[in-house]
Amino acid sequence: MEYFIQQLINGVTLGSIYGLIAIGYTMVYGIIGMINFAHGDIFMVGAFIALITLLAVVAMGITFLPLVLLIVLIVSMLMTSVWGWSVERIAYRPLRGSFRLAPLITAIGMSIVLQNFVQVVQGARVKPLPPQITGGITIMEKDGFLVQLSYMQILIIVTTVLLMAGFTMLINKTSLGRAQRACEQDQKMASLLGVNVDRTISLTFVMGAALASVAGVMFLLYYGVIDFYIGFLAGVKAFTAAVLGGIGSLPGAMLGGLLIGLIETFWSGYFSVEYKDVAAFSILAIVLIFMPSGLLGKPEVEKV
Amino acid sequence: MSSWKENPILTVEHLTMRFGGLVAVDDLSFEVGRSDITALIGPNGAGKTTVFNCVTGFYKPTEGRITMNRSNGQSYLLERIPDFQIAHHAKVARTFQNIRLFGGMTVLENLMIAQHNKLMKDSLFSIGGIFGISSFRKSEKASVKKATEWLERIDLIDRADDPAADLPYGDQRRLEIARAMCTNPELLCLDEPAAGLNPRETQDLNGLLRSIRELDKTAVLLIEHDMSMVMEISDHVVVLDYGVKISDGDAAFVQNDPHVIAAYLGVDDDEVDEAEAEAKVANAEGVKS
Repeated sequence: MEYFIQQLINGVTLGSIYGLIAIGYTMVYGIIGMINFAHGDIFMVGAFIALITLLAVVAMGITFLPLVLLIVLIVSMLMTSVWGWSVERIAYRPLRGSFRLAPLITAIGMSIVLQNFVQVVQGARVKPLPPQITGGITIMEKDGFLVQLSYMQILIIVTTVLLMAGFTMLINKTSLGRAQRACEQDQKMASLLGVNVDRTISLTFVMGAALASVAGVMFLLYYGVIDFYIGFLAGVKAFTAAVLGGIGSLPGAMLGGLLIGLIETFWSGYFSVEYKDVAAFSILAIVLIFMPSGLLGKPEVEKV
Repeated sequence: MSSWKENPILTVEHLTMRFGGLVAVDDLSFEVGRSDITALIGPNGAGKTTVFNCVTGFYKPTEGRITMNRSNGQSYLLERIPDFQIAHHAKVARTFQNIRLFGGMTVLENLMIAQHNKLMKDSLFSIGGIFGISSFRKSEKASVKKATEWLERIDLIDRADDPAADLPYGDQRRLEIARAMCTNPELLCLDEPAAGLNPRETQDLNGLLRSIRELDKTAVLLIEHDMSMVMEISDHVVVLDYGVKISDGDAAFVQNDPHVIAAYLGVDDDEVDEAEAEAKVANAEGVKS
């Protein structure tokens, strides 16, 4: 039981990170029907920007931890947003209206570009960061087994919940969110009603990148090691999460992220660590066989 | 008689649209009067919807010029500006032959989207929306009020929070018009608004269009196949056939124009000439007596 609870905590933490990245996939898919394969690498860029900012801030002599984290988070979100915006502007917008596969190919291209850029600029070696937030709460103890909820895990879960709540509100209540939902359904009609579709799409990328950068910051603080290649696997997992939850659906992405995180941790906790990815992807395959549009996705009904 | 020529809100000059070898619209010129309901009619395939698509930025015309003269004195060349600005700056709104509501959004939200630009500005691109800045809440309230007024006018206030796709067909048509009107247009283009409506609904629609002309001071340009409706409400009728304008005048003039009769009933060209000659003789006789 204690072991189970510990794995549950770990799984929710990991799932939060996946969920934050998955939102970026699902939103972009929703609005322009394209899989942004460079999104995982945007997450990686976010983690790198966070590391550099953290070192810079500490070098400047600011040591009050909450302030440091706040600065890191804000700088990373802003700069990663610029990256996300540029990727859309350079690689996707010129191809809008081209055949469907074109942006997909440039997306893979952008992913390779970002990876190699970071590899060249930052070096290929793994970058370590000593744990910044230590300690935690012991929830229960039995026969010497401690169920621990670390402060880092609390930070990740709370940040994720807050961001997702804010985000859901943004989509449902503000005019930007309304415009995004309108563009999702009928871009041409939206533009005829005065919605600047290109700008709305850009902002979608910016928002996705900002969330991915938060995930990057959390990843950096939680695991303490990053390299130029972390974006690939995290990206694939988050994409899986988005598909599992029903791509195009925001609650779906959050749920999918959580599920993938839980499946992974439970599998590595009870069976074998080596096969955790196999487990995650197998569940995806099984769910898609029985629910092709994902858990919360709406099946596409075409009226005849 | 041709009051639309004096102060037109929309001037179409030498509009030509070619799709490869097909000339859909050929050297078409007409005016839309500022306080008129103007109908664009013609047999199937005459190029009416193509004209609409050129006016609203869907197509870039091959040749020609489309000028929108706003009541504040500004003019816009519609064939040159990006489509989202046509609604925003040039104040032209349109509906489609097939209904294009945002089906997954509520009826109210459909009307809110049409007021997007004002809301975006007042909410600092939605940053204000998240933090609840007061100017945003105020303008959000104003938009809801405007949307509500329109829902009352089209009699859909009870269904404000239902998904638009759940409405019956006739209600969806009216909602589309209301949504177009929520962009504050000065020219409203309707593509077959009466298609699929029963006679009673068509009567209601006539009332709505008249009120749009009189209360909202918005010019209406419509494509319609229901001739009784066209003749009843139009101040000005432009008839197209094979992309060419064959008649232009008020309802009574067009109804008696031999070219129009020929186009609709299908007769040979020399028969038209004969009919024209007869009409001339008849007119001359009428003048004599």
